[in-house]
Amino acid sequence: MTAGRFKYVTYIASTPQAVFRALLDGQLTRQYWKHTNESDWKPGSKWKHVADDGQGTVRVVGTVVEMIPNRRLVLTWAESDDAEDPKQHSQVTIDVEPVGGMVRVTVTHEELVPGSDMANKVANGWPRVLSSLKSLLETGHALDTWAS
Amino acid sequence: MTAIGDVDAVFKALADPTRRELLDRLYSNNGQTLTELCKGLPVARQSVSQHLDVLAQANLISVEWRGREKHHYVNPVPIHEIYERWIRKHEVQRLQALHEFKKRLEGGRK
Repeated sequence: MTAGRFKYVTYIASTPQAVFRALLDGQLTRQYWKHTNESDWKPGSKWKHVADDGQGTVRVVGTVVEMIPNRRLVLTWAESDDAEDPKQHSQVTIDVEPVGGMVRVTVTHEELVPGSDMANKVANGWPRVLSSLKSLLETGHALDTWAS
Repeated sequence: MTAIGDVDAVFKALADPTRRELLDRLYSNNGQTLTELCKGLPVARQSVSQHLDVLAQANLISVEWRGREKHHYVNPVPIHEIYERWIRKHEVQRLQALHEFKKRLEGGRK
C-alpha cells in the first residue's frame, strides 16, 4: 500500500511566498535545481521540467493537478517518452506551510513503480534539491546540487 | 528548545542502535506502522514509540495519518545536509592534497 511512496521534509527559515516563488521562478530554480519548471500553472495544464543545459532537454513532463499559491502544488510526473501514457505518471505533492517561524516543505512522491529507474532517480534527487533550496533561501548560495 | 531538524537533534537521534535499526527498516520498507516496526525488535512497543518520536523531532522520519493508522517515512534530507556540511567538504580538501602531492612529485622529476 505504501510501496513506491516517498516523503521528504525540510524546514527553511523563510516565508511560504519566497519558497513558492523558488519552486516556479526559473531564475531561482536554475541555481538550486539546474532545471526550470515551465507551465502556466493552471489545473489541467501541462508542465515540463527542463534542464538548464543550453539545449532545453525536457527531463520530466506532466499535468498540473492542483495549484494553491504559496501553499500547495500537485503535479503528475513522467519521463518525456511516457507523456501520453497515464499509467507511467507518478504524482508529486509539494506542501508549503508556516511552522513556528519557519516554513515546512513536504514533498510526497507517490505511485512510483518500486525499484524503477524513475523511483531511484526521485529518491536520490529530492534530498539534494531540498537541501540546495534550503541553502539558497537561508544563505543566498545554492549547493552543488548534482555533484557525485 | 531546539528547532525541528536541528543538527544536534540529528546527531543525537543517530547515536542509538535501535533508532538506526528503525531507519534501516524504513529505508528498506517505507511507510510502516508502529506495529509493523515492532516486529522482531527486542524492545517494548512503548520504547519503539519513544524512539520514533526522537527521530521525528530530528526530522529523520515524517509521519502520515491514514484513517487511524500512522505511517512512518524515512526522511534522508537532514542526512544529506550532514553529508554536505561534514563529508563533501573534506573530500574536496583531500582532492586538493592529492593535487598538491602530484604537483610536487611531477615538479621534482624535472
